[in-house]
Amino acid sequence: MKIAVLVKRVPDTASVFQIDGDQKSVKTDGLKFVMSPYDEHAMELAIQLKEAGKADEVIVVSAGPDGAKDVMRTALAMGADSGLLVTGDGVESLSSRGVAQALAAALKDFGAELILAGKQAVDDDASQVAERVAELLEYAHASVVTRFELEGTTATVDREIEGGQYTLELPLPAVCTIQKGINTPRYPTLPNIMKAKKKPIADKNLADLGLSGDALNSGIAVENLSLPRQDRLNKIIEGDNEVRVKELVRMLKEDEKAL
Amino acid sequence: MSVLVLLEQRGELKPCALEAATAASKVAQAAGVELNAVYIGQSLADQSAELAGLGIAKVYAYENDALNYYSNDGYVPIVRDLVQELGATVVIGSASALGKEYCASVAARLGTELAQDAIEVSWDGGLKAKKPVYAGKIVSEVSITASPAMVSLRPNVVKIERDGDAVPEIVKRDMPQVSLRTVLKEAAVAAAGQIELTEAKVVVSGGRGIGGPENWPVVQELADALGAALGASRAVVDAGWIHHSHQVGQTGKVVSPDIYVACGISGAIQHQAGMRTSKLIVAINKDPNAPIFKLCDYGIVGDLFEICPLLAAEVRKALGKE
Ligand SMILES: Cc1cc2nc3c(=O)[nH]c(=O)nc-3n(C[C@H](O)[C@H](O)[C@H](O)COP(=O)(O)OP(=O)(O)OC[C@H]3O[C@@H](n4cnc5c(N)ncnc54)[C@H](O)[C@@H]3O)c2cc1C
Repeated sequence: MKIAVLVKRVPDTASVFQIDGDQKSVKTDGLKFVMSPYDEHAMELAIQLKEAGKADEVIVVSAGPDGAKDVMRTALAMGADSGLLVTGDGVESLSSRGVAQALAAALKDFGAELILAGKQAVDDDASQVAERVAELLEYAHASVVTRFELEGTTATVDREIEGGQYTLELPLPAVCTIQKGINTPRYPTLPNIMKAKKKPIADKNLADLGLSGDALNSGIAVENLSLPRQDRLNKIIEGDNEVRVKELVRMLKEDEKAL
Repeated sequence: MSVLVLLEQRGELKPCALEAATAASKVAQAAGVELNAVYIGQSLADQSAELAGLGIAKVYAYENDALNYYSNDGYVPIVRDLVQELGATVVIGSASALGKEYCASVAARLGTELAQDAIEVSWDGGLKAKKPVYAGKIVSEVSITASPAMVSLRPNVVKIERDGDAVPEIVKRDMPQVSLRTVLKEAAVAAAGQIELTEAKVVVSGGRGIGGPENWPVVQELADALGAALGASRAVVDAGWIHHSHQVGQTGKVVSPDIYVACGISGAIQHQAGMRTSKLIVAINKDPNAPIFKLCDYGIVGDLFEICPLLAAEVRKALGKE
């Protein structure tokens, strides 16, 4: 069985983000880039399935600029066998729809029985690429998976819902997006980091996947970036405990009308 | 041209469905088009009263026992076909845990664009949405020109508004043939009466500052006084002090209550990602330099073991609960 893991290179969320002069993008200089943390859990799951003898091959797949190969190397060092990068002019301005189209086209011939991805990428939080890939490839799918077991060609998964969970049985081929808590991603060891340097990463060009010209146009555009609500009161209430607590309740009730 | 709202249900219509309808109604009005809704589930029955005054012209109801629980195979083709039949140009759903999967799948089948987890949606010659990105550190305003333009709305960011009491016309639809590839083995849902975190009007959360799981009653007493749902930071979930379903943050629930009270929580960026859109934020922490104080409206620098019980008593008094 073959597993494909979709990963994305994103800025570390601990970074300080500055909005660029165009008000439509963030400044990238000085940002530290990492594999989106939820993708690490998807990678770990794939490697564990391989180690358990339930998968023969794990391929890590990404769409992005050449720099995305950094995080693909990390995935290879974790244990993926090879990489596939969808790249080319315009790749960075693709919408989620376009990225999913490109990934689905790139994956078509690989014949993955299982495709795993993080539940969301922590840069644009678009939360839709893996689901779109599933729909385009007509695979069964489930999102926000917190438990995954594979028996033959059936995956049994727990998927989070608000206030509970569903236990689902999915026939392969399937796509699952992975939530934290399912496992602890391994740190690549030095020997494995060395080995990963020799593992192949193939490039696939957008144009070769049928994405060129108008097909690259997206129907969604960022108009403006801004900082979130800055008008917090930041009022630190002083005094002894009884006084402060009374004052807080009074403000919540009378000033804010929130009680 | 029309707007279609996807009504989420878990047996009953969810509050986020009515919020999405409120937002969709404003979009429809601004665009000068009709608003319709689609209900998929066991039975809409007398719940249509809940849809009064929301400006919905017709509800297309697909009622079937097999559709009680959400499934991609069951729901998505119905919505795709209905959108095409109605020529809907805007589709609005909810960014609940299931709603995001639902909207992403519908968008894929329609080959259109989608903004997930919007905190604002409007019509200004086209559909616009605001959504948090980079763990909530930045808000992105997008315009969607693809048709239909799709948005999922974060629960609790829009107040349900009614204008009059006109009920929508219910259009019952026959169930199309569906074969579900995925089998639902078990649905573990919240106990009745429990306040769901994402829908709660008040959330009181505890973090590592509570010292140990034996101290939850201190925070719970405050939550009870406020009629709040109990939240938690990841640190205490990872430590096994409380179930993951209480976690607020990027990995947990995204909440936008009227009041969010953080007790013994430092306010790490991943925690902020889950509570930043709360209307009022109150922080209780003994460290004056805790990042949570930069984000809060009201802060008390002090020991939560002293503050929480006093605050609970004062709230009960203010609400006449004593
Ligand atoms: C990919 C990723 C995802 C993450 N997702 C989440 C998430 O979804 N949710 C989340 O919460 N975190 C998340 N985190 C973890 C996050 O970075 C923090 O580690 C976590 O939020 C810290 O929890 P805390 O505030 O309870 O603990 P701490 O940071 O240890 O803070 C404890 C606070 O309690 C105060 N305190 C101690 N004693 C008292 C007392 N007696 N009275 C009053 N105050 C007291 C201290 O001053 C301190 O500020 C994530 C991290 C990563 C890397």
